[in-house]
Amino acid sequence: MYEVFVMKVNYGKCLHCGGCVGSCPMNAIYLEDYILEFSDKCNKCGRCIKVCPVGALSEGN
Amino acid sequence: MSSTYDCDVVVVGAGPGGSMAAKFAAEGGSKTIMIEKKAEIGAPLRCAEGVSKKWLAELGIKSDPSWIRADMAGAIIRSPSGITLQLDESKAGTEVGYVLERHIFDKRLAEEAVSAGSKIMMRTGCNGVIRDKDGKLIGIKAKSMGEDIEIYAKCVIAADGYESQVGRWAGIDTTLKMSDFDTCLQYRMTNIKFESNFCEFIIGSAAPGGYIWIFPKSNNTANVGIGIMASKCKMRADPKYHLDKFIANDPRFKNGQILEIVGGMVSTIPGLDSAIGDNIMLVGDAARIIDPITGGGIAHACRSGKYAGIVAADCLKKGDFSKKSLQAYEKMWRDRMEDKLYRNWMAKERFATLDDTTLDELITLIKNSDIKEVNVLNLLKTIKDKFPRVVEGFENLI
Repeated sequence: MYEVFVMKVNYGKCLHCGGCVGSCPMNAIYLEDYILEFSDKCNKCGRCIKVCPVGALSEGN
Repeated sequence: MSSTYDCDVVVVGAGPGGSMAAKFAAEGGSKTIMIEKKAEIGAPLRCAEGVSKKWLAELGIKSDPSWIRADMAGAIIRSPSGITLQLDESKAGTEVGYVLERHIFDKRLAEEAVSAGSKIMMRTGCNGVIRDKDGKLIGIKAKSMGEDIEIYAKCVIAADGYESQVGRWAGIDTTLKMSDFDTCLQYRMTNIKFESNFCEFIIGSAAPGGYIWIFPKSNNTANVGIGIMASKCKMRADPKYHLDKFIANDPRFKNGQILEIVGGMVSTIPGLDSAIGDNIMLVGDAARIIDPITGGGIAHACRSGKYAGIVAADCLKKGDFSKKSLQAYEKMWRDRMEDKLYRNWMAKERFATLDDTTLDELITLIKNSDIKEVNVLNLLKTIKDKFPRVVEGFENLI
């Protein structure tokens, strides 16, 4: 069974800068119309959470 | 069935790099389409807007008051303990220049691309590449005003900025290590006090592995921002934590208010190992061609964009867009920029290891030396003379 890993985005903080997109080593994030889409290529490395300049990302459930 | 378009060259992204690429590709006779994901070229801002002046003439960009927000007389470098090194016009040399209005500058370059014959499709974001049955890259997929479309092209020029996804979809690895990029946050602040003719750089532990900048937009408004090396981030939202702390502790910002918040990231490597593949070239931020010390990327994007556009037009005439043929682009940008990029990258790597005490000593040393024209190279030369251990290992590049 797959463990479902959902990234939680706080859109109240997100600046739509695309930083997480360019930093993702799996190219698993896409920014479309101000919404971040996470694909199943995500390997849960947590880099996007760490580098977001305003801390808009967290691990969901 | 999605709508399809055909062209010789498709440029992804209408920033400075994309527009220059589109301009020169079209000028050279290529049927060119440039796409832009956002609803406006040059906005929202994702930049500190500081540029030097020299390169504009090199690339045939005529300075225009409409996009020059402020003309700098020099730069100030502030050490961790507050020692300031003021570099005035006579000494400031080539590293200082203008603070731009990017929303006007970017549109002006896009206008030039259109004048040269390029088409622009706004609100059109690339979301994949198209290959034929033999695996050859023959175009891109995109969503245009909510509709799925396909753009077939002989050559893709990826100018999609820091995200650099197009290259990755096409099989070029643009992934960065945590020590190879800075995460940045900037406030446009008003009602603050600063030297309005000088760009200020604050170095040291206030911004781990990076620096804080104050770039004047007028006499009471400036872009105040921070870049932190991603590998030095310790918690979440490190850039915001450090920038807010800096602002709270500097009395010059006591009555300041924020007009705009900008996030972004910047690579700090001397370009990709290879910015080309069969039928694709990467330019500017997408190719990680950015000054690793200053984080300045506009000149580099314009230059690499121009080269890619010229090479695309040449390759169209030869009917050959293979990686081998596109090697001409790789050679052009490396010949023009690689030495300096590499040297500044070495220096950046070293500076990131220095503690506040050493940085204070360095600034004092430079302050007491008689540098004629101040630029990164001359600063490094002075350091090499007086403080050789700091440049140990790359002395021969200085």
